[in-house]
Amino acid sequence: MGNIPTSVKHCLSYEQLIQDYPWLGSRLQEEKEMVPTRVKIQLINMLSETGLPVIEATSFVSSKWVPQMADHTEVLQAIHRSSHARYPVLTPNMHGFQDAVAAGATEVAVFGSASETFSQKNINCSIDDSMLRFEEVICTAKQQQIPVRGYVSCALGCPYEGPIEPTKVAEVVKRLYELGCYEVSLGDTIGVGTPGSMAKMLQYVMKEVPSSALAVHCHDTYGQALANILTALQMGICAVDSSVAGLGGCPYAQGASGNVSTEDVLYMLHGMGIKTGVDLSKVIEAGDFICKALNRKTNSKVAQARSKSS
Amino acid sequence: HNVQDGASAGKTLPERVKIVEVGPRDGLQNEKTVVPSEVKIHLIDMLSEAGLSVIEATSFVSPKWVPQMADQVEVMMGIHRRPGVSYPVLTPNLKGFLAAVNAGAAEVAIFGAASELFSKKNINCSVDESLQRFEVVTKAAKEAGVPVRGYVSCVLGCPYEGKVSPDKVAQVAKRLYSMGCYEISLGDTIGVGTPGGMTEMLQAVSREVPVNALAVHCHDTYGQALANILIALQMGISVVDSSVAGLGGCPYAQGASGNVATEDVVYMLHGLGIQTGVDLPKLMDAGAFICCSLNKKTSSKVAQATCKL
Repeated sequence: MGNIPTSVKHCLSYEQLIQDYPWLGSRLQEEKEMVPTRVKIQLINMLSETGLPVIEATSFVSSKWVPQMADHTEVLQAIHRSSHARYPVLTPNMHGFQDAVAAGATEVAVFGSASETFSQKNINCSIDDSMLRFEEVICTAKQQQIPVRGYVSCALGCPYEGPIEPTKVAEVVKRLYELGCYEVSLGDTIGVGTPGSMAKMLQYVMKEVPSSALAVHCHDTYGQALANILTALQMGICAVDSSVAGLGGCPYAQGASGNVSTEDVLYMLHGMGIKTGVDLSKVIEAGDFICKALNRKTNSKVAQARSKSS
Repeated sequence: HNVQDGASAGKTLPERVKIVEVGPRDGLQNEKTVVPSEVKIHLIDMLSEAGLSVIEATSFVSPKWVPQMADQVEVMMGIHRRPGVSYPVLTPNLKGFLAAVNAGAAEVAIFGAASELFSKKNINCSVDESLQRFEVVTKAAKEAGVPVRGYVSCVLGCPYEGKVSPDKVAQVAKRLYSMGCYEISLGDTIGVGTPGGMTEMLQAVSREVPVNALAVHCHDTYGQALANILIALQMGISVVDSSVAGLGGCPYAQGASGNVATEDVVYMLHGLGIQTGVDLPKLMDAGAFICCSLNKKTSSKVAQATCKL
């Protein structure tokens, strides 16, 4: 009864690992305090020990806009890279891409939006213009054999425009994929999505791009993240973005939560018998470390429960 | 075939879901602060106005054990009963049942467990003994024309025993149903369940009890509640227990969360196009009221997000 067994088997029989992308790099950029470089490095090193296959390390956006990531070169050069993991970095344009490569980056990411207004307000240009920028980056990256991941924000709603048409999301995803992104992550930027809107959006997107090239990046601002991730899994998606300890609040709703916690996602996946290759207790340790360093409580319910139970 | 999955996941969902609001009883019973009767009454009245059709009002367990519910009679007499809304109360035994009916209760609830150890530690007797006690209550209730709802706790795990067998859950659910409970609420008491375990357990239980007589009572201690509820809906369950503002922590993990927040459940259901009859803004008002009275922050993410935008 129901669809769960099918999709779980699908993931298992194709031996596709669930890739978790703890957004520690970019999400630290939403934490108010400036995190010392050595703390970032230690966090990434701890995450490298957990078995996570992809860890977004930092961002090569100009430090004028994102001062928290000004130490991007130092971070990238100092981390111990595990042979089992990849360390993509954000590169909004050619300048950032070149700096990233010079600093030793071996994978990069570009950030598009399904909402025109969000694109204007966030990166100061239209979706079309942003694609031109990305095309340059992706072409150059291809020549240097550097894989590029694409992100599409506002996939389930925009803080300015409200609901976003699934056809628009599909269009933007398709463009990024055809430009050469090996994977496109669909972001519910303000966490307003529910399983209904997630299913609908994915139906449209999967008409244009194979599910094997898609990932979901759900925010937990309205508590819907795990239910939305479950829906995506049922539809064949096998890559999930998350953030250790649920780091990174929502810049559009002061004090509200943002990213879903890696710990909570893992708990669900492992409970369902889905392989991830990740050691949950080590992720919890990494979460404890960064929360202590930031002097704040974890947003992960699993971490809260584990630390409090007798 | 992936597109089919998504489409059929949508098709199997119920059109309407009944929410059983347990905040005033299960929620407040598990909060540290004891709340005055007027506050409880006002909360229940606000919840009635929010469109909820079932609101668990209080508990006729001895105040020796549950001092927070000592004002049970006052609360029952003080609430404004909205037509069409049911206000069930907990009745652990015949004594509690008679006191409840005397105080005007028109529906009662009994609480079993799928775990022997939990039963012993929680109500001081074995599962079998508890079911015998309940049979006395359901018999009396039948005679009085009072519907009885049954709860089974520890359906996806026990704080003492660990794993709980789905067949054991099915057995206990079946007995409660056979003795006359019109509905059985399956409780993930410590919130350890995940969609895999939920599926397995519901498959076992629905072989013994019809799915339209089942409800799920998920705890959010590990953040799994909404995912578990979604699975239950996909399997045909159309009754969901929840607690306004996520009232009621977990007594087995100090400081950890417990009940799932009604606001978050309603947000998901409405987003899925499922009717609940609940007015979300009015529900959030009730949540804001009780959190203010308890001097604590809401556990509902929807409430947190909405206040801050």
